[in-house]
Amino acid sequence: MTALADPARPSACPACDVGPLAEQVAGAAPTQARLMIALPGIHCAGCISGVERALHALPGVRDARVNLTLRRVAVEADLDVDTNTLCHALSDAGYEAHELDPGVLAATEIDATGRALLMRLAVAVFAMMNVMLLSVAVWSGAEGVTRDMMHWISAAIAIPAVIFTGQPFYVSAFAALKARRLNMDVPITLAIALAVGTSLYETMLSGEHAYFDAAIALCTFLLAGRYLDHRTRANARSAAQELAALEVPRALQITGQGTQSVSIADLRPGDLVRVLPGGRIPVDGVLRDGSTELDRSIMTGETLPAAAMPGDSVHAGEANLTGAITVEVQAAGRDTELARIADLIAVAEAGRNNYTSLADAAAKLYAPGVHIIAALAAVGWFLATMDLRVALNIAAAVLIITCPCALGLAVPAVTTAASARLFRKGLLIKSGTALERLAQVDTVVFDKTGTLTDGAPTALGLQELSEAERGVALALAQGSAHPLALSMARGLAELGVHPVALDAVKEHPGFGVEGQWRGQTVRLGRAGWVGAEALATTATYLKIGDGAVQAIAFDDAIRTGAEALVAGLKAQGKRVILLSGDVEAAVSAFAARVGITEVMAEARPEAKAEVIMALRDSGETVLMVGDGMNDTAALTAADVSISPASALEAARAASDMVLTGGSLAPILDAMATSVAARKRIKENFTIASVYNLLAVPLAVAGLCSPLIAALAMSSSSLTVSLNALRLR
Amino acid sequence: MEVLGLLIPVSLALGALGLVAFWWLLKKGQFDDPEGDAHRILRDDYDDKPK
Repeated sequence: MTALADPARPSACPACDVGPLAEQVAGAAPTQARLMIALPGIHCAGCISGVERALHALPGVRDARVNLTLRRVAVEADLDVDTNTLCHALSDAGYEAHELDPGVLAATEIDATGRALLMRLAVAVFAMMNVMLLSVAVWSGAEGVTRDMMHWISAAIAIPAVIFTGQPFYVSAFAALKARRLNMDVPITLAIALAVGTSLYETMLSGEHAYFDAAIALCTFLLAGRYLDHRTRANARSAAQELAALEVPRALQITGQGTQSVSIADLRPGDLVRVLPGGRIPVDGVLRDGSTELDRSIMTGETLPAAAMPGDSVHAGEANLTGAITVEVQAAGRDTELARIADLIAVAEAGRNNYTSLADAAAKLYAPGVHIIAALAAVGWFLATMDLRVALNIAAAVLIITCPCALGLAVPAVTTAASARLFRKGLLIKSGTALERLAQVDTVVFDKTGTLTDGAPTALGLQELSEAERGVALALAQGSAHPLALSMARGLAELGVHPVALDAVKEHPGFGVEGQWRGQTVRLGRAGWVGAEALATTATYLKIGDGAVQAIAFDDAIRTGAEALVAGLKAQGKRVILLSGDVEAAVSAFAARVGITEVMAEARPEAKAEVIMALRDSGETVLMVGDGMNDTAALTAADVSISPASALEAARAASDMVLTGGSLAPILDAMATSVAARKRIKENFTIASVYNLLAVPLAVAGLCSPLIAALAMSSSSLTVSLNALRLR
Repeated sequence: MEVLGLLIPVSLALGALGLVAFWWLLKKGQFDDPEGDAHRILRDDYDDKPK
């Protein structure tokens, strides 16, 4: 994405534009703002100190606190402090920094569900430890009244603890039964209920076997799995919802009496709308008056601004960069292209949920299997002994010993270990099943601009300009907020050039910048305006007085790690495709540079999604890597999707994984990790099954004492967790 | 055996105390950044007087 330093810039995250408005609506005027900045590169105590010191040194910053776990810094600052300044200060101090949208974060920051789960887990652990302690006394030979007392105390601790901590399972099991289907929580709930019920009954009759410790241990291990699972999913958000924030709710309508602010819903085709520089175009329509340059990256992925003249068509969501324009409305609201893309994503998202994770597949086999075995054991023992109490005891023992705690931990433990590993390398996983899907990928589709390239143009050949030309060029470039000018100013400043003094600097929207230097007219801008032949590449042109025109060409730099990534994917035998909205020549030339042979150019957003769908229909599992609005539909249509941190918010929301740093290298690592993770998950299922195969015959035979149940349960859970840790 | 009558309540009370402490720390956000806190303790910024 192009970064504009102009304060009136169209923000990269549209929700930021809306944010201040929401504050006004909320009433009470806050005196300080809470800003969030992502710091993908920090890793040590020195980084924490460095970041906090750099931020504290800035005016208006009241407090800054780094969260190393989330690679993020929260800044309390005066309202007028701009996040961009903070990011620049951090970049100058040597830390990669990206602005985060606090409005979107607020929803996820206070993680109520996570805290509730953690609290339940703590209660379960407390209860388990105490009940186990009492159980050890029973196992080591407590008899008669002492044993009964131990059982009663165990019951007093375990029953309330089980009722409180198991709620997530009961709720989910109840919901599943209501919908007439089985999930993993049904056998869990039944096992807990049976274990507590028969144990209480046995205790009343001063029986020998009470499974209170097993019931609470079951809760503990499963809650641990749930909590891990929750942690890895906490970042998942709906893409369709966030797209809504991109739509501009109000527009300036031109009426007979002047302009008035109206709701977009009230606009009709044929109405005239005024769009000021820095604003987003609210409707689809035709430009009627004024000329400007548009940032169309949101629609096409092409980051270089496009000139727009009267008669050109414009689309909702595009940013108006340089001049005020009047647009005749053709479509507004739900009829715009932007809204249609949002709908595409919603449809594709609904379709994607069809993926069945390994855990779900296991649960489908497991739940009925366990119930059948337990029921058969109960019936068999009842027929053999004609004693209902014995039969129920055996059934409870079977349900406890086949307890799915190892199964419940198998997947979350692996995904958490894998996510933690990838997060340290610079990749954030948002979806719980993304790793499993990534492991099966055989085709990788890349977007070009902003994904394989940095998306920001770099000026070439600045050294070849004369001393005077450099000074003039810098002075003119500083007079514009145009991305090319900004990039050139940066390049010249790095060369140590000082700007010359210019008079009457004026920006002509859509053309360039003009000024007076030593009595001569100097111009920097479009070829036609300066009086030169346009080059085939992206370029800007400098003319001093009557001198020869200097062309300054721009190039979009290849992103770090792109070539290595493509080579690595090919080495793994994956099919690599470049899919871009850009023109054929530029795409082919670029593909040759990074080593991609399959190229599809000039693809519209719908076409991109269709290409992905066609690939999937032909039996391939597709990974899509993209960053723009034009990629969002394709990102959602693919089996798995990854977007860089610099991507549009909507694209990041549509992806399963987000690269937190600038480099593409972690993708290769993610492929390897996902394959390893899938292998570990399958190993874990095998381990859990082997434990069950050994223990179930014991339980059915009536030989499963509470001690054996506790041992089998704990050791299978521990083995599974340790196996998962091998991924770190 | 009478000592059990004392020890069991004591063990439960101590456990409950730990549970309450955990609940309080959870509310206070002590577990929000475990990685950062592990590094923060090594800094000498607060060695002389806390801010």
